[in-house]
Amino acid sequence: MSQNFVPGQPVSVVTQRIEIQKLQHGDHLILGFSIGGGIDQDPSQNPFSEDKADKGIYVTRISAGGPADVAGLRMGDKIMQVNGWDMTMMTHDQARKRLTKKKENVVRLLVTRKSLEDAVKHSMCSYPKQIQAKPGFKD
Amino acid sequence: MDNESTYSGYSYKSSHSRSSRKHRERRDRHRSKSRDKSVVIQAPGEPLLDTESTRGDDRDDNWGETTTVVTGTSVDSVSNEDLTRITKDLEDTSPLQCRRYVSPALGAVLGLFSLVTPLAFLALPQLLWRDELEPCGTPCEGLYISLAFKLLILLISTWALFLRPPRASLPRFFVFRCLLLALVFLFVASYWLFYGVRVLEPKETDYRGIVGYAASLVDALLFIQYLALVLLEVRHLQPAFCLKVVRTTDGVSRFYNVGHLSIQRAAVWVLDQYYTDFPVHNPALLNLPKSILTKKLSAFKVYSLGEENGTNNSSGQSRAMIAAAARRRDNSHNEFYYEEAEVERRVRKRKARLVVAVEEAFTHIKRHQDAADTPTSSPKHPREVMEPREAAQAIFAPMARAMQKYLRATRQQSYHTMESIINHLQFCVTHNMTPKAFLERYLVLGPTLQYVDSGSGRQWTLLSEEAVTAPLRRGQVFSLKRPDFSLVVTVTSLPLLRLSEEFVDPKSHKFVMKLQSETSV
Repeated sequence: MSQNFVPGQPVSVVTQRIEIQKLQHGDHLILGFSIGGGIDQDPSQNPFSEDKADKGIYVTRISAGGPADVAGLRMGDKIMQVNGWDMTMMTHDQARKRLTKKKENVVRLLVTRKSLEDAVKHSMCSYPKQIQAKPGFKD
Repeated sequence: MDNESTYSGYSYKSSHSRSSRKHRERRDRHRSKSRDKSVVIQAPGEPLLDTESTRGDDRDDNWGETTTVVTGTSVDSVSNEDLTRITKDLEDTSPLQCRRYVSPALGAVLGLFSLVTPLAFLALPQLLWRDELEPCGTPCEGLYISLAFKLLILLISTWALFLRPPRASLPRFFVFRCLLLALVFLFVASYWLFYGVRVLEPKETDYRGIVGYAASLVDALLFIQYLALVLLEVRHLQPAFCLKVVRTTDGVSRFYNVGHLSIQRAAVWVLDQYYTDFPVHNPALLNLPKSILTKKLSAFKVYSLGEENGTNNSSGQSRAMIAAAARRRDNSHNEFYYEEAEVERRVRKRKARLVVAVEEAFTHIKRHQDAADTPTSSPKHPREVMEPREAAQAIFAPMARAMQKYLRATRQQSYHTMESIINHLQFCVTHNMTPKAFLERYLVLGPTLQYVDSGSGRQWTLLSEEAVTAPLRRGQVFSLKRPDFSLVVTVTSLPLLRLSEEFVDPKSHKFVMKLQSETSV
């Protein structure tokens, strides 16, 4: 995410796979977090993005103890894929629909955050010879 | 709210009018009742409206036509009463009314002279050596017609520019006007000179040339008239300076834009605006109540023990007092705040009562329609038809007391007599005004012109460090004095403006929504 975000151009980021089991709450399934962002929203008001032109979907709130919290999702994560579907060029409503499909009980997210990149960089500096062995690299 | 201010009743005599003192004493009495203090001053019963109260501008109405005054740079320190007495004496002795008409008279003489000149140019050869003149046909007649019309225009414009007596009499000569009169005189004199040398002496026979000469004189006079028009009437219309006018007694200030004028003309212009823009000067509204100011003075007494070293001692004394006063904790602002709040509350209360009384009074009368329009009015109760004056007097009675109390609370009682209120009421009733329209005259202190009898002249003194015929310049300050107050005028120049253009395409107005929504999943 440290690169300048240009819509339509490929990005290369460090990602993490997170699998969330949906929880039955009342009569619908919840995941336990809130999203913000989208291509129809105003990107400059996003507090979590580094590049204020980034119109991706971000995690804005995690309910404590919920499925997302348990699975390892953190506030400020940018969601890149949901169950294989790309989320970087989605409207807010489309993103919501992707996450709340009634027929799916599990969502597999690909998220990225700054701390991941920092961790990789840090470890690259410390161990310059072991670059290829790091997990989570996206080809 | 009143609990915190320490009110210890002083008995004092204010220098204001008797009515305002009575008002204050009555207020003291109310105050003392609520606080069990010992100051009680009985106010005797009063007539409906106090006619004895000082009218701030009363002195002015007696003064006659204005005279010129010396514009000096020094200000003598005489007391107010002495000054009014002196000026009254000056006015009473010999008002020089003719001064106002000197300038138009001079203008008239010169104008007549210059108008007669072309006619004389034409007539003299005809009279003196008619037989020798060459006959002159159509071209001369054309010139005669144009000459006639130009002379007519000259006559009218001379009257308009020079012959009307000015509304204000200035202390010094009006420079431009004098210059123009001198120019005209020189011009006409030189034409006569040439005429005498070239035409009268050799008895010139070319009559057409003479007519052409007279026509050229008239043309040149017209051009001088044009110059006069520009200098006297037009030049000062283009704004170049901004004048800030501040009244010294209560700080009311206004800003005006003027063109290039001399100081005295600018002063006249400012005074014209003053009479319509500034609220009337009300001396009763000026000072802090005495109860606040006098507290400071009586706090310390200084005793001198031992040697008396003359001046050393007294200066040391005063310094000690000042230092002590500075160190002492000053609570007079507290007093002032509560005093102001109290006065405001009282004024609002009385205003409410007044408004209600007036509204109610106005419901008592109705405009009487013609008999054909109101068939419902029963013939058994014929309503008495009244004139506006009688109607006004009829409804004045219920609102009189509320009006009087309100005027006292706002210290306006000196500006409105009972007679004037009834006249105004009659006026409002005649023109179908609502109670609110009737009250606008009393709720807000109006401009001076509303209270001034415009027939009599007004005396103002112009104080200036430069000559009053000097043109306005940035940074000048001059003041206009009256016995009660003065207006200080500061001159600044208007900024130079640079205007640039920017084209806006009407199709360029487009909008997007700025949303930031958050949904929980």
